[in-house]
Amino acid sequence: MTDLINHMNNPPVISCKDLSKKFGSFTAVDNISFEVKAGEIFGFLGANGAGKTTAMRMFCGLSIPTSGAATVAGFDVFKDTEKIKKNIGYMSQKFSLYEDLTVAENITFFGGIYGLSNKQIKEKTEELLGRLHLENQAKKLVRSLPLGWKQKLSFSVAILHQPKIVFLDEPTGGVDPVTRRQFWDLIYEASDTGVTIFVTTHYMDEAEYCNRISMMVDGAIKALDTPANLKKQFSADSMDAVFYELARGAKRKAD
Amino acid sequence: MKQFLVFVKKEFYHVFRDRKTLLMLFGLPIVQIVLFGFALTNEVKNSKIVVADYAKDIASKRIIDKMEASNYFEIERTLPDNKAIEQAFQEGNIRLAVIFPSGFNDELQHQNKAQIQVIADASDPNTATTLTGYISSIILDYQSELMQNNAIPYQIIPEVRMLYNPELKGAPNFVPGVMALILMLVCVMMTSVSIAREKEKGTMEILLVSPFRPILVILSKAVPYFLLSLINLSIILLLSVFLMDMPVNGSIVLLFLESSLLIITALSLGLLISTVVESQQSAMLISLMGMMLPTMLFTGFMFPIENMPLPLQIISNAVPAKWYYVIVKAIMIKGLGFSAIWKETLILAGMTLFLLVVSLKKFKIRLQ
Repeated sequence: MTDLINHMNNPPVISCKDLSKKFGSFTAVDNISFEVKAGEIFGFLGANGAGKTTAMRMFCGLSIPTSGAATVAGFDVFKDTEKIKKNIGYMSQKFSLYEDLTVAENITFFGGIYGLSNKQIKEKTEELLGRLHLENQAKKLVRSLPLGWKQKLSFSVAILHQPKIVFLDEPTGGVDPVTRRQFWDLIYEASDTGVTIFVTTHYMDEAEYCNRISMMVDGAIKALDTPANLKKQFSADSMDAVFYELARGAKRKAD
Repeated sequence: MKQFLVFVKKEFYHVFRDRKTLLMLFGLPIVQIVLFGFALTNEVKNSKIVVADYAKDIASKRIIDKMEASNYFEIERTLPDNKAIEQAFQEGNIRLAVIFPSGFNDELQHQNKAQIQVIADASDPNTATTLTGYISSIILDYQSELMQNNAIPYQIIPEVRMLYNPELKGAPNFVPGVMALILMLVCVMMTSVSIAREKEKGTMEILLVSPFRPILVILSKAVPYFLLSLINLSIILLLSVFLMDMPVNGSIVLLFLESSLLIITALSLGLLISTVVESQQSAMLISLMGMMLPTMLFTGFMFPIENMPLPLQIISNAVPAKWYYVIVKAIMIKGLGFSAIWKETLILAGMTLFLLVVSLKKFKIRLQ
């Protein structure tokens, strides 16, 4: 993996040290520490209720940590959440473009709220429609597109403003393996342009596509390495087995 | 600023592409005005009555003519005797019976005194009272005609003037009430539903992750609905002026300013509701139940607040629409200026400020 070696020499774009989030007496995220390097595709895995979403919300500036330290794109998650927001993209597990707007209107809207100029929006729209082969659908309501296309569009909109990092929260829920594979092609394309990808997933075949993976259990990070090294470490022949081995020890019930 | 405009434009797309929203926005006021104007009026018109005329003289004829000429009564038939009257009531389609005793005119001419019997179906007491009132005034009218001919000493005639609404029309009362009702209902529902929709569909999360500030999300939702509400208000006013002959005696500008205040109150209420609900459906339900009933009950346009038990009277003070109703009546019907309604305006403004602060606070807390 020559790719990986390159990444490891890159500066970190996300780094956190002893980061915790408590809700009352419940510790959702428990002292996590790691770094994500620029240009990496970083898989963030864990069972439901392990604390992935809470951690991700802290990195996105949606939630202020209880203790610890973290920077995203060079900005502090306690103080500079507004600056962080300018430098990240986000795609949630729910499909989240406006269904009653057309493809072009959605692009214009999201470009607009990220502060792109009209000229930039026009260029980006053409480029994006071309890349996704959606030229003929530009004036159609998003509602009428098949789910796979919606998700590709959603991802492209999330990186429209050329963020340093894009957070993908279970981006491929409910689509078939072929569409999922195509979706990952898009992720690789984006990664090639230097965008760092931070992705949570439940599909272990997707985990294999990542440069490095972290495994979260009960709010803490129990393992972090390349897929190959993790398989070696747990003497398992698939990521499924690694995941099972780790998640088995979880005390928290999934919600 | 550009971000803001992009957002406002998007809100307009939402409104104009959703038939349900459009219907609610513009259909509701029209239906309400027409409904309250024509169907739910408390004027009693064209009531069917019967007359038993034993006198058959010039006086009784004249009074019967007068009754027929008014559009309150429709004389269904004249009956031969009292027994037939009872039967007519039991058949249920007449409201009132008038009986002239024999020798009516003679008594009137010679003793200066005569009697007419008026029998009303009081199973509906309000209608009965109203109808007997109409009859009394018709008879009084006839009396004064007679008096022009022969002067009777010491007769005192009370001259009643119905201030501001001399014809006792129903419209002056209900138009301000319907304005309050519609503005509350539509604004609260629109805001709460549209924010709840963003939450339900997951787009709210995307907006919050973007550099677009949460306060601007709220503001850019408020602006389109504020504008649409003003259009709505104009429709109501046009309908009431041209369809109901309802005057606007005071300043239109003042009326719009005061209405803007109520719209802002309603928008903040909608925001408050949207912070506690997760789905469009519950937003709709809470807005409907929470706005419709208190506004109808406690505004005073359907039920006089003075007649309510004290606890309810106190509660009514907490309903913003009540104060708005007082304000609109003062401007539209009495034609008063700001000096007459500054107190009510202050109360309404205070409520608005309170609701706005609370709902913005709650909205912020939810983001954590």
